[in-house]
Amino acid sequence: MLKKRIIPCLDIKDGRTVKGVNFVELRDAGDPVALAKAYEEQGADELVFLDITATVEARQTLVELVERISAELSIPFTVGGGIRSAQDVEALLRAGADKISINSAAVKEPELINTLSRAFGNQCIVMAIDTNWIDNEWRVVVHGGRTPTDKRTMDWCREVEDRGAGEILLTSMQHDGTKQGFAVELTRQVADRVTIPVIASGGAGAAEHFVPIFTEGQADAALAASIFHFGEIPIPALKAYLQTQNIPVR
Amino acid sequence: MIAILQYNAGNTRSVRNALHRLEVEPVITADPEQLRSADKVIFPGVGEASTAMTYLREKGLDKVICDLQQPFLGICLGMQLLCSHSEEGDTTTLGLFEAKVKRFRIEEKVPHMGWNNLIMKDHPLFAGLPDQPDVYFVHSYFAELAPETIATATYGHEFSAALHRNNFYGVQFHPEKSAQVGAQILQNFLDL
Repeated sequence: MLKKRIIPCLDIKDGRTVKGVNFVELRDAGDPVALAKAYEEQGADELVFLDITATVEARQTLVELVERISAELSIPFTVGGGIRSAQDVEALLRAGADKISINSAAVKEPELINTLSRAFGNQCIVMAIDTNWIDNEWRVVVHGGRTPTDKRTMDWCREVEDRGAGEILLTSMQHDGTKQGFAVELTRQVADRVTIPVIASGGAGAAEHFVPIFTEGQADAALAASIFHFGEIPIPALKAYLQTQNIPVR
Repeated sequence: MIAILQYNAGNTRSVRNALHRLEVEPVITADPEQLRSADKVIFPGVGEASTAMTYLREKGLDKVICDLQQPFLGICLGMQLLCSHSEEGDTTTLGLFEAKVKRFRIEEKVPHMGWNNLIMKDHPLFAGLPDQPDVYFVHSYFAELAPETIATATYGHEFSAALHRNNFYGVQFHPEKSAQVGAQILQNFLDL
């Protein structure tokens, strides 16, 4: 049986993990490779690295980091943040990333999804969609949620699948950072509309939140950052709990 | 010497990295002589079947592969190309396994992406593994059950997760991305 995936997300700046990561028994939690390795040992199913630096010099740092991650990690990982072109993608995939995620650049220029999917295969193209509830509907937002667009989230999800995205990473900005639980109803609506896997993101604050996102929400995977980084919910404990709730996990 | 067969569609890097973690330095090559002289050959695959077959035929690698005598491991598309036919591009493939490769026509999402458990026969490739271990899959086409099936997984229905005949081995999943279980399978292959 296919398992539901638990995916920690690491924010990267200038080749280091950002925020005061407080990971138990890790000497240098600022080193993405050490942190990633610790997550793998804990039983994380995949990892997402999100680069929040935008400078050209930082891109090369990122590629070198991806090479180091790929050398150490034996689970799949996705790299995202600031990807704008096929050249960016090629460099990251060559460095060993399994998948890349795109966001704002594809909102601005949707044809990019087709280009990347044709060149590299849809299995490695993750479409990150940030959304917020605006004027009584879910709309796509960009620039970390600060800028609303005129795209309806449900339409955009369909469109990215048609254009060749292999997976959707769906973040509700309304829920992100609240620790009050995932956007279950939103995720369900998206999962009903597309035939590609949906990764739910935003709002995880307790192990209990992971149950409805997989059952009612029909998510294929759930992503979180701070609750894992600060050891609030250790992954082994989370998985043991999900098993008691009849959610299939590795 | 362990050779990784280089071809235009595969991402060889993660397999090389996985071998490094097992303290093996592979040679990545498409040179027939090097492939023939290798102790073992690994054929990783991401890409499209008919394109990959065209490439192999143009380079004469189809015949080279079929004549190899040493243990040979096809991974993902690399496994599918060892089968007799693929629906992907309606292609005749190398025919080292009887199994045919079909597209998933199921209610579940395609590709089959993520961790799924193996049901294994007693086989050296699976020595030392826990019962029904989870491994990482990404694929839209699958090999049917066949006489050479040594492990199955279920997604919509049962399919071949691993195949073995003579010196040819194939796995549909990615051992190089399957954490400890995958490392054990690769080590078992190296130990054959």
